[in-house]
Amino acid sequence: MIFQERNAVTHPPGPAQDEILRVKGLRVELRVEKGVLAAVDDISFNLKRGETLGIVGESGCGKSMTALSIMGLLPKPIGRIAQGSITIEGVGDVAAMSERQRMRVRGNQVSMIFQEPMTSLNPVFTVGFQISEAIRTHETVGKEAARKRAIEMLDLVGIPLPEMRYDSYPHQLSGGMRQRVMIAMALACRPQIMLADEPTTALDVTIQAQILKLMNRLKEEIGTSILFITHDLGVIAKMTQRVLVMYAGVIVEEASVRDLFARPLHPYTAGLLRSIPRVDKAAGRQRRLHTIKGVVPNLLSLPRGCRFSDRCPDVHEPCRKWEPPLAEPENGSGDGSRRVRCWLHNRPPAHD
Amino acid sequence: MTDMQTTKPLLEVRNLKRHFPVDDGFFVQSQKSVKAVDGVDLAIAPGEALGLVGESGCGKSTLGRNIVRLDKPTAGEIRFEGVDIAPFGDRELKPYRRQIQIIFQNPFSSLNPRLTVGNMLMEPLMLHGEGDRAKRRQRALELLELVGLGADHFDRYPHEFSGGQRQRLGIARALALRPKLIVCDEPVSALDVSIQSQIINLLRDLQEEFQLSYLFISHDLSVVEHMCDRVAVMYLGRIVEIASAKALYEKTFHPYTRALLSALPIPDPTVQTEEIILEGSVPSPVNPPPGCHFSTRCPFATPSCSESTPELREFEPGHFVRCSRLEEIL
Repeated sequence: MIFQERNAVTHPPGPAQDEILRVKGLRVELRVEKGVLAAVDDISFNLKRGETLGIVGESGCGKSMTALSIMGLLPKPIGRIAQGSITIEGVGDVAAMSERQRMRVRGNQVSMIFQEPMTSLNPVFTVGFQISEAIRTHETVGKEAARKRAIEMLDLVGIPLPEMRYDSYPHQLSGGMRQRVMIAMALACRPQIMLADEPTTALDVTIQAQILKLMNRLKEEIGTSILFITHDLGVIAKMTQRVLVMYAGVIVEEASVRDLFARPLHPYTAGLLRSIPRVDKAAGRQRRLHTIKGVVPNLLSLPRGCRFSDRCPDVHEPCRKWEPPLAEPENGSGDGSRRVRCWLHNRPPAHD
Repeated sequence: MTDMQTTKPLLEVRNLKRHFPVDDGFFVQSQKSVKAVDGVDLAIAPGEALGLVGESGCGKSTLGRNIVRLDKPTAGEIRFEGVDIAPFGDRELKPYRRQIQIIFQNPFSSLNPRLTVGNMLMEPLMLHGEGDRAKRRQRALELLELVGLGADHFDRYPHEFSGGQRQRLGIARALALRPKLIVCDEPVSALDVSIQSQIINLLRDLQEEFQLSYLFISHDLSVVEHMCDRVAVMYLGRIVEIASAKALYEKTFHPYTRALLSALPIPDPTVQTEEIILEGSVPSPVNPPPGCHFSTRCPFATPSCSESTPELREFEPGHFVRCSRLEEIL
């Protein structure tokens, strides 16, 4: 049988782990035709050293904008960080930095891999040149030394014949190989933080399995912390230790991956988990899939109160009046590992 | 599940091939070709949903396009209710066009942006001379309701709709002429999780209501398992395993199918999948490996595997596998 029970012990969420990235009150605004919308609206979270933190959500929930604002790559001139701080351990608040200062951080302490490697690699330079360029931008090393490092990186990410592949152009590589090159480039300066935005979404499942395995191996070897953004709950379950669920620009739930899947608290999370067909539970055709009614609200005209209230099966009176805070659930363990934005788990303000 | 032995198939594909010549340059007559579909046999019973899975470039979409005859096969037969439509020209195909329809993956590029929803739905009716204007309008409104949209959407343009709603429109258009077979080419792959389940349920409801047959093409094994009675797995232009959905997922025989299933991330952190990580990527279909196409990546391959092409054998009743070493590796 292919599917088995996994051993119970995985990464205990120890408070001893220090935090390498602290995002506080981040608000990202986008200027669009019809006005200014908050793609990310007051989110706060921490990334711990050595952990993989997942961000899951549907298109337009703000997960990519969060990563781009950490990288300092928000689309110009329409996007900007309107509020909040992004503190990287040993670097400082990058949200307050000038573009010049940020360039020194980008690719050095923080790097990013994207969904579509073909559009993120420069088609007119060899992949080897692009990796050595990243190294030489941040470190004072000679051409030969950078070349040697780049070849080592290509070898590290499992590209066969790295010396030969150094001189290949991106179009000469397959999708999986290009994503390996992207990872090699992202890790060339041994960053503390790697942001992965849907890194395997464009790949076939067998190639996805290769890349996920590679990312886990490199995380151990290089000691990088990963912020893993995806819409795929399967990938979240496989790769992460903690998860943030985003909906319409805000975090609606934060939990360890085990708690999230075993006992989702927010009705949106619960709905998502029940909407996906599962091959490991051979219910087959008899079962109708659960659905979440309606669609994600327009960020320019959010419903009053809770952003999910229009689609929520458990909606009640306070939900349409006040937006709930992201807070520890009242009947939670109290260790601070769980937060949820829902009036079902936090008493609403007294009725007026 | 429909019993294939007793029912006459609605669609029967025999030894279907579609080879695309490769351009070697000006003036050079090309010798090479991409063997996108290279000898496929399959059958779909009335009311049955057959899943077709495989990775990019395995030929699953080409096969789908040939069955709806948006493309002309190089060789082989496509028998629809017993009639081979593979060699037909446009005029002969016309009556079959209404019987066999297709739904595409990308709901943003498959709808004409300059047609209102109403006109889009009435166009096929007009082309096939169905009813008068009032009747066609009536039918278009009926179709909108069938897919969960309302009469107020009739005069709108596609850009006013979300991805999920557009996919509903694509489904409504495919249903307009009351077809018997719909080829669904990755119909939910571009959609968000919460919308995906709405569309899957809609497709299943419609299938039940109108006794439709589906060829459901997808790279997502969990969606296929949920949607289909039987599943065929394709690799480099050939079917390597075909069985009832239940049998395929419970007793996976072909090493490629096993690797595909094991690579699927399961949305449950307490489930550990047996890791069969395939080395390398799918070889080029211009120059596929000799013998068994999968032999270059197969963990069980021996030199003999690249010598002769294995046949698709019935290993258990209704469960066909293309592997010559199956008895030894199980």
